[in-house]
Amino acid sequence: MSEEGIVKKFMYVNRKSPYGTIYALESLEVVLISAAFDQDVSLTFTDDGVYQLMKNQNTDGIGMKNFSSTYSALGDYEIKKIFIDKESLDERGLTLSDLQELVWEDEDEDYAEKSSINLVTRAELSEIMSQQDVVMSF
Amino acid sequence: MSMLHTINKSPFENSSVSSCLSMCSKNSSILFIEDAVISVMKSTKFTKMIEDSLEDFKIYALKPDLEARGLSLNNVIEGVEIVGYDQFVDLTTEHDTVQSWL
Amino acid sequence: MKLGILINEGPYQHQASDTALQYVKAAIKKGHEIYRVFFYNDGVNNATRFATPPQDDRNITKEWSSLAKEHNIDMVVCVAAAQRRGILDKGEAERNGKDSDNIEEGFRISGLGQLVEAGIQADRLITFGD
Repeated sequence: MSEEGIVKKFMYVNRKSPYGTIYALESLEVVLISAAFDQDVSLTFTDDGVYQLMKNQNTDGIGMKNFSSTYSALGDYEIKKIFIDKESLDERGLTLSDLQELVWEDEDEDYAEKSSINLVTRAELSEIMSQQDVVMSF
Repeated sequence: MSMLHTINKSPFENSSVSSCLSMCSKNSSILFIEDAVISVMKSTKFTKMIEDSLEDFKIYALKPDLEARGLSLNNVIEGVEIVGYDQFVDLTTEHDTVQSWL
Repeated sequence: MKLGILINEGPYQHQASDTALQYVKAAIKKGHEIYRVFFYNDGVNNATRFATPPQDDRNITKEWSSLAKEHNIDMVVCVAAAQRRGILDKGEAERNGKDSDNIEEGFRISGLGQLVEAGIQADRLITFGD
């Protein structure tokens, strides 16, 4: 569904913890829809946004829908450029092992499973952000 | 590619200001709007952070938001450019991309 | 330039919609084209025709509606976000068995694809939110 061949670099920036507000869920919905438009999509998780990828989310007690398993579908939608801000993890006493391992299957390499996750410094993130055509922050 | 960053939250309320400043690339422009205009006033605990940032970034604040909050234009940190909505528009079109820190 | 506008917050609760209105008016005055205004998250609440603010205060919904009419602006309300928050047009109301619809004139309900399309087609996409 590409728009007359225009391909732009879209970055979706996630800065908020899930469940306290709806931004994590509704931003994920935009990301999944954008997969249909053949654009160059990246996702960034920074500040409290890193909590969106925490393993073992259990929402039974708060009565809200647990949507965390949806992130694992990102690879199936060809969304495989995921940037996680290392400083945000450090500030929160977290490491990558606390987060879901998001993967995609490389059909050029016999569907070998590869990690979608890129752990980056703020300086690296800054450089990546400055290359984007469209940035949506939630 | 040049980027305009807009920030709309007070630095006393959340970390959007410090997050943005730590992730902007050099020579970006930053426009403070809505409650974030509090950031550009002298004599707050964030004044030095903004003053230091002026070395790396062009910093703007939206005049109608300063005036709405009774913040004196004479009390804005030197080097911060005070702009109206028409210049807000110009900033968004003069830069290649706009990123909003909400 | 063609400008895309994304509004993520409802009227009155946050300044987002007001700031967006001022921005859009200034952009039009400068000769820019507003490609689309997309309402997402609580932004869909800008579209309710039942808003009844005090007489001496601005009516944000009506301001958007009049601006859109005067300048032929496409204003889109995200269907999923609207359903969650109870903003319905006639079609949505019938489809979901509701006894009424509440969308103001000038707003149309559509999918998130319209937001992505705005990102692709517009020269700039500016977000107003919380």
